[in-house]
Amino acid sequence: MSDASTGALSQVLTRHADEVRTAWLDAAAAELHGRSSRGELDREQTEIFEALVGGLADGGTTLRDAAFDQLRGILADVSAARARLGYTPRETAMAVFALKEGLYALVSDASVRTDITSLLRLVDDLGLYTFEAFAEAREAIITEQSEQLLELSTPVVKIWDGVVAVPLVGTLDSARTQVVMEKLLNTLVETGSEHAIIDITGVPAVDTQVAQHLFKTVVAARLMGAQCTISGIRPQIAQTIVSLGIEFGDIRTRASLADALLDALESGGRSAAEVTG
Amino acid sequence: MNDAIPILKIGSTLLVSIQVDLQDTTALRLQEDLAERITTTGARGVIIDISGLEIVDSFIGRMLATVAAISQVLDARTVVVGMRPAVAITLVELGLSLGGARTALDVDRGLALLESDDTPSAGATLLDAAKRRAQ
Repeated sequence: MSDASTGALSQVLTRHADEVRTAWLDAAAAELHGRSSRGELDREQTEIFEALVGGLADGGTTLRDAAFDQLRGILADVSAARARLGYTPRETAMAVFALKEGLYALVSDASVRTDITSLLRLVDDLGLYTFEAFAEAREAIITEQSEQLLELSTPVVKIWDGVVAVPLVGTLDSARTQVVMEKLLNTLVETGSEHAIIDITGVPAVDTQVAQHLFKTVVAARLMGAQCTISGIRPQIAQTIVSLGIEFGDIRTRASLADALLDALESGGRSAAEVTG
Repeated sequence: MNDAIPILKIGSTLLVSIQVDLQDTTALRLQEDLAERITTTGARGVIIDISGLEIVDSFIGRMLATVAAISQVLDARTVVVGMRPAVAITLVELGLSLGGARTALDVDRGLALLESDDTPSAGATLLDAAKRRAQ
């Protein structure tokens, strides 16, 4: 028995549409444990099924064929939506693989004279494609989130006339240092501030590498003509810094942001009494 | 040759504003001109405005440090003003420093920085006291 023509396959599917669809829907619904309603699944499967039959009727043999353009589009959309809704990879793939349950029924059905092996292969392809689209969507979400995190976690705030502060939260790596440095330096220029305070209260640990990153930022701010103070050094951090032998040189360090602010205002020519009223 | 960078004298301060990207020869010429002008005018301070510079390579970085060292010898202070953020980051990444040159955000603040240095030094105060006693 040779492989049936795609036209014949599409006819078989159309003729047995109801039983195939029912088996598919049952299998998919069982797998998804009620995460999607039957109605939703049904709508989704109708779209996929119609695109599949249409593609076969247009002579498509493999998923890469132009005849399946529409089917690929639908699968990609469905998988991306699932990835965003937090479905597991298994749930996403099974929604398509469940179609095979319907096709197995056709194999055992004596009234079906067409060989549907190629159709089963095609469904495997669909499943793999779904999975790829799912992984791609997940990657995109992860990249998007890490970018957002980078943006969110590095605000530069003006806390007084001529004084800007960067409250750092989380670990410092070179990518973040770059962002912090750029934002800080740009803010210095925009606001014409002469004092910058880097507050590391939210930095969980300071090792030699983090210190190196802090140095770079301070030196860059100095090159632009601003004074830079590092504040918010917790007792444990101070101990670590000393035991690691990190030299802060002539970089000003203060225990709290308040101290650093007072310091900046005083060196700006105002006395503490004037500032605190 | 008309690619020389103009050096303006304001009071006892020399102001150099670099508005184009520097060629190495222009930079060397500026270095010589500055030394010349400091001696002839007896300037006490030099302000180099690099707000127009988008690129500072190691050569220019070293030139700025050299200018600072030269003026130091001639008893003048150097302030580099208006460095762009991108330039500052590049210099830090290259591990370059400006040596003895000081920095300020803009020309205004650079002038203020030089003025605050010009408050009478301990030596000048002693000299004044000596003069008063002599009278």
